[in-house]
Amino acid sequence: MVSKTLNAPNGYKVRISLKTALGEDAYEWNQSEMFFFQATMAFAMRRHFQMETYNVDNIILCVQTSRVSFWFVVTSPDNTTMLIPKADVEKAVRMSRHRINNAFLLSDRTLEFLGIYPTLAAPVNPDTPPWLIVFGVVIGAVCVGIIALLISSLLQKRRKEKGMTEDGQDEEDMQVKGVENGINLDGTYNRGFTDDDRFTKL
Amino acid sequence: MRCLQVSNQDLEERIPSYEELEKLENEEAGDRPKWDNKAQYMLTIVGFCVGLGNVWRFPYLCQSHGGGAFMIPFLILLVLEGVPLLHLEFAIGQRLRKGSVGVWSAIHPYLTGIGIGSMCVSFLVSLYYNTIMAWVMWYFFNSFQETLPWSQCPVNANMTGLVSECERSSPVDYYWYRETLNTTPDIDNTGGLQWWMVLCHVSAWALLFICISRGIETTGKAVYITSTLPYAVLTIFLIRGLTLKGSLNGVKFLFTPDMNELMNPTTWLDAGAQVFYSFSLAFGGLLSFSSYNSVHNNCEQDAVIISIVNGATAVYAATVIYTIIGFRATEKFDDCISGNILTLLNTFDLPEGNVTENNYDQVLHSLNGTYPEVIQGLNLKTCDLNSFLSEGVEGTGLAFIVFTEAITKMPVSPVWSVLFFIMLFCLGLSSMFGNIEGVLVPLQDLGVFPKSWPKEAIAGTTCVLCCLVGLIFVQGSGNYWLSLFDSYGGSIPLLIIAFCEMVGVVYLYGIDRFNDDIEFMIGHKPNLFWQITWRFVSPAIMFVIFVFYFITKVQETPMYKAWNPESENFPTLEEKEYPSWIFAIIFILAGIPGLSVPLTAIYKCLRNRCCKKDNEFKQDDLNTILSSVWNLKNSIACKVTQWHK
Repeated sequence: MVSKTLNAPNGYKVRISLKTALGEDAYEWNQSEMFFFQATMAFAMRRHFQMETYNVDNIILCVQTSRVSFWFVVTSPDNTTMLIPKADVEKAVRMSRHRINNAFLLSDRTLEFLGIYPTLAAPVNPDTPPWLIVFGVVIGAVCVGIIALLISSLLQKRRKEKGMTEDGQDEEDMQVKGVENGINLDGTYNRGFTDDDRFTKL
Repeated sequence: MRCLQVSNQDLEERIPSYEELEKLENEEAGDRPKWDNKAQYMLTIVGFCVGLGNVWRFPYLCQSHGGGAFMIPFLILLVLEGVPLLHLEFAIGQRLRKGSVGVWSAIHPYLTGIGIGSMCVSFLVSLYYNTIMAWVMWYFFNSFQETLPWSQCPVNANMTGLVSECERSSPVDYYWYRETLNTTPDIDNTGGLQWWMVLCHVSAWALLFICISRGIETTGKAVYITSTLPYAVLTIFLIRGLTLKGSLNGVKFLFTPDMNELMNPTTWLDAGAQVFYSFSLAFGGLLSFSSYNSVHNNCEQDAVIISIVNGATAVYAATVIYTIIGFRATEKFDDCISGNILTLLNTFDLPEGNVTENNYDQVLHSLNGTYPEVIQGLNLKTCDLNSFLSEGVEGTGLAFIVFTEAITKMPVSPVWSVLFFIMLFCLGLSSMFGNIEGVLVPLQDLGVFPKSWPKEAIAGTTCVLCCLVGLIFVQGSGNYWLSLFDSYGGSIPLLIIAFCEMVGVVYLYGIDRFNDDIEFMIGHKPNLFWQITWRFVSPAIMFVIFVFYFITKVQETPMYKAWNPESENFPTLEEKEYPSWIFAIIFILAGIPGLSVPLTAIYKCLRNRCCKKDNEFKQDDLNTILSSVWNLKNSIACKVTQWHK
């Protein structure tokens, strides 16, 4: 049977999805639960208006289906023939939405008041976006790496130059003594044949 | 094949002889850098070849061209095209011991253009490839949050609902197109530089600089991590993926063979192109890396091993990717069905659990029989698992949209996100090493930088220059520029260069000389398989692929896909034509590297003819006389000292 839309200008349709919310632990929806709902709604109305004494009898339920869904209207405690306007009911529900949800172990999605849209959670804006922190760490490491690289290459260069001047002196001594390929020679080395200029430039 | 060989005089004077090579090998003289060990060399080459394409191009090709059946053309072309070209590059680099410009000018001065072309292509590819690295880094930085920012839509300004652009598309699409790229609706609007992307861009280039600052001295150490980490992460993802629901659907979808695809020539073309680009041939990087090897390194074995590793990695990565895609598709399918079921339950006030996935079709059918108008009015979505499986799964779309969405559905998402983007970063970085090598070494060979500059300064200047030019890609329209560079800069010129390389080595350098070289280096002549593939098969395949590619590209009007929230089919990407001034850019991208081969040849030829040839001969004679006198002097010196012993 297709679900009916009642011509109830001051009523709200409620839809409950127990199995979606609780799965295996879903409780059975029976008359006691309906009573609990009435009590919760009365609490919400009291909380909002703060002066008037709403009671369980002021919450009238109808068109209950096996989905589980039903309609409800709220009557004024002073005059049971007078219905509380939709807007006021909405304000009351919005104020205590969190409490109503928790009473039934449900959420905004599984305990729906058709027509009352859930307020969106305010976005959490951290002071520094988290990605900047990670970026800072990575860039810091990269800078340290670059500095270490430059320093190490400078040190290498200095060592090479030092080593070259020392080696240069050693080589000259060795050449005077005539060491070639590690073999000590007694003769004098003829500098005319040193490898200084491989190709004489024209 | 003597008749087909062009005479190449003075070749011996330009290349080191066998004796010189032996001397270099034994005395370890010469200032060319060397690999610390074979593992470094292999890891660098594997890293260069295994890149983002293995992760996000091959799986898509495999799935769209008949799944398991695609393996057949892929493997055939791997053997006939990939392995011979790879062996050729390794061998010629190892023999001539120079970078790409050096090798080709040694083979024949007129062929210097091949080297220059390689350098240009490597430069163009490096520019945009590192921007992809910047994107990966951005996602990596943003993964260190409990709820990943792309898992939900942000709330709009007056907190009444979600941002409209996000609601109409999806959180992952919105995050990629709006919060990461901030794309403009078309390529004409530049959109200005996006500061967060500039930061990531700079950090990507800075990281690259550290790794390449001293050439293979530093990259050799870096590859121990960048080449091995992706395999570890892929394995972790495989294990995780196989335990998720629906993963096997994905793997089945990937590998289900459709033999009819083998009749389609596009399948073979795509397989050939994939093999070619996957091996990073014609970039010059492979030549360079091989030239640092010892002379007697077994390049034949290396080529075969690398090819097998590359092919196996592609298949392995495809499997892993598709387990995750299968999971995502199943989740989406389940969500779709649940949504429909909920609608049915709500409309007909049926108790929960009455309609499940199993009896959904039955119930729908019976309800449609009784209340057809109501069912029509509901606009139930058709849920098809196969359509979810084939959703936009290639290129950046795979990594930044589909895969990130899949990650948000996995428990402990930030961990998987961090791992995934580290893997992508390592894959890309190791490929960048090869690209930059293909730029730096030719620049050094051409003498662009003064000799007194240390390696770090050269690397630093190149990185700074590339970083500045690469700022095109971090504008609002950057994504469109990147795909432009990718389709035109990184495709056609490479095919031309590879073809010229083969012809140059086989017919100008001489296949007989090449065979002798390989015999000298590894101990035996290359067998019949290599001879046939080098001389005929591989050049023919290259030529066919080039012709088809060229014809396809020239015939189609160049279009690009734009993200335009104002378009009618939003969130589907809007196909737009490129504006006319883009053709000049396309010509620069595709034409200059490709035309550099003939243009340099003509330039050198003209320069040769201009200078008087007599003078050159006299100079040559004089040099010969001088060097023989020199040798005489040295031998006398030796004898004198020996006599003194």
